[in-house]
Amino acid sequence: MRIGVLALQGDFREHLAVLERLGVGGIEVRTPAELATVDGLVVPGGESTTIGRLATTWGLAAPLRERITAGMPTLGTCAGLIYLAAGTTGPDQPQLGVLDVVVARNAFGRQVDSFETELEVAGFDRPFHAVFIRAPLIEKVGADVEVLATVERPEGRRPVFVRQGHVLGASFHPELTDDDRIHRLLVDAVEGS
Amino acid sequence: MESNVEQGTDRVKRGLAEMLKGGVIMDVVNADQARIAEEAGAVAVMALERVPADIRAHGGVARMADPAKVEEIIAAVSIPVMAKARIGHFVEAQILEALGVDYIDESEVLTPVDEHHIDKRAFTVPFVCGAKDLGEALRRIGEGAAMIRTKGEPGTGNVVEAVRHMRLMKRQIAWLGTLDADELMAAAKELRAPYELVAEVAETGRLPVVNFAAGGIATPADAALMMQLGCDGIFVGSGIFKSGDPVERARAIVEATTFYRDPAKLAKVSRNLGEPMVGIDIDTLEASERMQDRGL
Repeated sequence: MRIGVLALQGDFREHLAVLERLGVGGIEVRTPAELATVDGLVVPGGESTTIGRLATTWGLAAPLRERITAGMPTLGTCAGLIYLAAGTTGPDQPQLGVLDVVVARNAFGRQVDSFETELEVAGFDRPFHAVFIRAPLIEKVGADVEVLATVERPEGRRPVFVRQGHVLGASFHPELTDDDRIHRLLVDAVEGS
Repeated sequence: MESNVEQGTDRVKRGLAEMLKGGVIMDVVNADQARIAEEAGAVAVMALERVPADIRAHGGVARMADPAKVEEIIAAVSIPVMAKARIGHFVEAQILEALGVDYIDESEVLTPVDEHHIDKRAFTVPFVCGAKDLGEALRRIGEGAAMIRTKGEPGTGNVVEAVRHMRLMKRQIAWLGTLDADELMAAAKELRAPYELVAEVAETGRLPVVNFAAGGIATPADAALMMQLGCDGIFVGSGIFKSGDPVERARAIVEATTFYRDPAKLAKVSRNLGEPMVGIDIDTLEASERMQDRGL
């Protein structure tokens, strides 16, 4: 099994370190040729506008969309979630549209509003320590999207971790903690595919 | 919000810098430049009154940017906005935090106000500081800096000093790794750095925070050079908006920072960028003009 981590920009090294802890071969993906060699993918945290523009310029957007639509298990965290999503509540930016959600960028405020918290996640027997950094919120989910975790907001509970079939999206950063359970979901999906 | 929320932790402060890795942070002096930077793929912008080359030319005391300017830039882009405070000027930092900037650069580009640096742990907003060597980096981290950058000579368009700082940092980190535990206290004394941080670096072989290149980066090749030397990302100050074609140059430096190990792509992105900024030979600077020697 080989899992790629999109390495155009962002904290791809942290994701590779988690995959190594799980005993999975992880590689950096910057080109369509590298993408063709992997069985699963992580789109890391970073700046979604930067990642999206680089992917478009260097011919990665189309093959990414194709592979993920064809069933390649994929996990996006923070900027990765935004890039996988179908839209944002703000101005248009490059997105793959492979996860049927609409996200609000920087939904919690600016960096001083970034936070860590204990999160209840569906299917986990104990809370997940989640790190939210200038994080997005999921504003709308499609009919096929399963909500796995939410946080309390003034307007009610809002999703921060979702799954649509083989695609997982989290608005926080599991790669910044020692808890491998969310990456394990991706590995399990690759094993089962 | 959840009941068990923690803000302003080391993990949250250092985490934002982790997200900026492999990216380019660009100096901008107004909303138009900020939008150009974002459009070119910058991961963040640094809001300034003047770029370092103009600060150098203008002379006099250089201070924090006008809050109206910082707000204008914050309103213009969705990416993080950084701003500079004078070394030791904790009230400028308080004002920048109140404005909602995402990172404060306690910067030698501005005129220092104190031989002491800001107590950065007293803030929720994270700080980046410059360092020429490992001791300086660990002193700043000890004060609470969540990100480090080289202190290449600002506004010169000459990357030589940033290279020197990065090589020295790597050499010193490697040296710590060769020491026995009973040698680390003397190493801490020699580096004039907190013992706990010295021991941590000796153990892990890396700085506990992200280290970007800054100072004198003017071309895609300069950016790729610093990345190959082991920097985590790039600050470009005067190099973009003091060049002939800022839009193309900004885009090219972003791409060079991603594909820094691919000479064919570097050749492609480096073509037809127009005039780079006019540089300054560092040896022609008087000691008093060397910004990197401020705030050690």
